Amino acid sequence: MLRLDHLCKNFGGLPALSDVSFTVPKGKVTALIGPNGAGKSTLINCITGVLPATSGSVLFKGHEIVNLASHKISALGISRTFQNLRLFPRLSVLDNVMTGLTCEGGHSMIMAMLRLPYLRHRERQLKLRSLEALDYFDLSDKIYWPAEILAYGDKKRVELARAIVGKPDLLLLDEPVAGLNGEETAAVGDQLKLLRRAGHTLMLVEHDMDLVMEIADQVVVLDSGRCIATGTADEVRRNPLVLEAYLGRMEATA
Amino acid sequence: MVVMLSTLLMLFPLFEDNPYTLGVTNLIAINTIVVLGLNLFIGYAGQISLGHAAFFGLGAYGSAITTGTYGLPPWPAMLLVAMAVGCIALFVGIPVLRLSGHYLAMATLGFNFVVHSVLLEWDTLTGGPSGFSGIPYLAFGDFSFDDEVRLHYLLWSFTMICLLLCLNLVRSGVGRGLSALAEDETAAAALGVNTRLAKIKIFVLSAVMASLAGSLFAHCYSFISPDSFGIFTSTDMVIMVVIGGMGSIWGSLFGAGLITLLPEWIGVFENYKDFVHGGILVLVLMFLPQGLISGLKDMVTVRLALHKQKGKQKDAAT
Ligand SMILES: Nc1ncnc2c1ncn2[C@@H]1O[C@H](COP(=O)(O)OP(=O)(O)OP(=O)(O)O)[C@@H](O)[C@H]1O
Ligand SMILES: [Mg+2]
Repeated sequence: MLRLDHLCKNFGGLPALSDVSFTVPKGKVTALIGPNGAGKSTLINCITGVLPATSGSVLFKGHEIVNLASHKISALGISRTFQNLRLFPRLSVLDNVMTGLTCEGGHSMIMAMLRLPYLRHRERQLKLRSLEALDYFDLSDKIYWPAEILAYGDKKRVELARAIVGKPDLLLLDEPVAGLNGEETAAVGDQLKLLRRAGHTLMLVEHDMDLVMEIADQVVVLDSGRCIATGTADEVRRNPLVLEAYLGRMEATA
Repeated sequence: MVVMLSTLLMLFPLFEDNPYTLGVTNLIAINTIVVLGLNLFIGYAGQISLGHAAFFGLGAYGSAITTGTYGLPPWPAMLLVAMAVGCIALFVGIPVLRLSGHYLAMATLGFNFVVHSVLLEWDTLTGGPSGFSGIPYLAFGDFSFDDEVRLHYLLWSFTMICLLLCLNLVRSGVGRGLSALAEDETAAAALGVNTRLAKIKIFVLSAVMASLAGSLFAHCYSFISPDSFGIFTSTDMVIMVVIGGMGSIWGSLFGAGLITLLPEWIGVFENYKDFVHGGILVLVLMFLPQGLISGLKDMVTVRLALHKQKGKQKDAAT
């Protein structure tokens, strides 16, 4: 489904990603883990065109997407959430989620100004689908709230709803449960499991190892911009390189 | 609401036949068209332009020259001019819209400056500082729009159509994309909004609307001079957008109305007009940064949402 090949990213000469290569299989859950500053968010940003990559290639469904404009990558079926929430604060929750269906709106400005009946019909369908997604995340009673006044946990879930509403082929989640309490984490974990069962392809960055062990089919470990291990959760846990990357860090900070 | 306002506007000349008053309300209609377009660009798409008086002026002079000097019929001329201005906006917009914030403000201001100078200097074509007179009235056959009452109906029909079209636009996916890119361009792009194209399109649309308003302005007064299209007109238009409400279509009407009427109300202070405008702008920005209408609307929705939440918590508690 997604294949990275020798992907590199430098920030003003400093390498944040060097020669990262791995594949994300269709219908599976891939977890991307690594210590702070390993380059996990940078990797997601390069895949989704938010940051330009320095070199390397990213193949998605056979298309070369590296350094394509963000909106084109989104149109091919990749959707994402951000580590530091990026909702549209002044838009309503419903409008936030409906923005996730931009690629299916597909009409010109002039058509929109005339508001022809078929457009009104399409708009209603998009709204219904968004309501469904919001219902899935238990947000039905807050759809007209401006997103900025939601509690943190709700914001996280609105962002998830916004990312899945368009039924993307590949969903990239940057720390979906960071900052949530135990109960909320469990709820989001269940929802992610449901998504996996429904056949979605997921890649998530996560520090919560319990969640990773529970839902990941494949784990990719990044350290200082290098991919140091790939495999199942158990394999990775026993990998000495991985242990060193984590423990070494801990000793250094201890 | 559209129907109500339209009815009011239809009846208005029956009660008010003072041509002076109608002249002022007609000017509101023209300004509203410009402000609607500008509000799409500033209020919805979150950009800034201090140069829309240039498009307004190009529309006005375009119509004046094609009909006054070259004798083209006004209606097709108006369309032609609007298309030409749209193309100019495209050429200006493609490089300029790569900028944002202060840089975009300066670039559009510069564009206004250039256009204003051309209108002043190219006097063989534009009549220079003394203006351009003898622009024909608009007409349907023998029915000519030459008095205030007839102009009232003509101008307000245009304004109401523009208002409706803009209302439709902002309620569509296109409008959502614009508000999204205004708030967070990166996130909007990641969700599939073609942010660069969207900004250019809305810039061109707002320029075309300004051009149409300019053409109407020219045919309505049959005399125009470069004074009407300087940078202060541009800032006044931005003030109308801000005061009425960023991202509020109805606010555009309100802002245009308020600022156009203001000099009438404060007659004695005529000379201090710019001070008064500036003062109002500062006050609004300090207390309701989203503008009067949008600011109040925001406050109400937040209050309502929080109120409901509290009600629910109380229910849960008992
Ligand atoms: N825009 C930027 N400009 C310069 N350096 C950056 C930029 N973004 C990230 N970096 C650097 O790149 C490295 C990788 O950062 P990244 O955010 O990808 O880490 P991460 O693995 O997501 O960490 P965390 O677990 O804290 O989210 C860090 O050293 C960071 O300082
Ligand atoms: Mg990160």
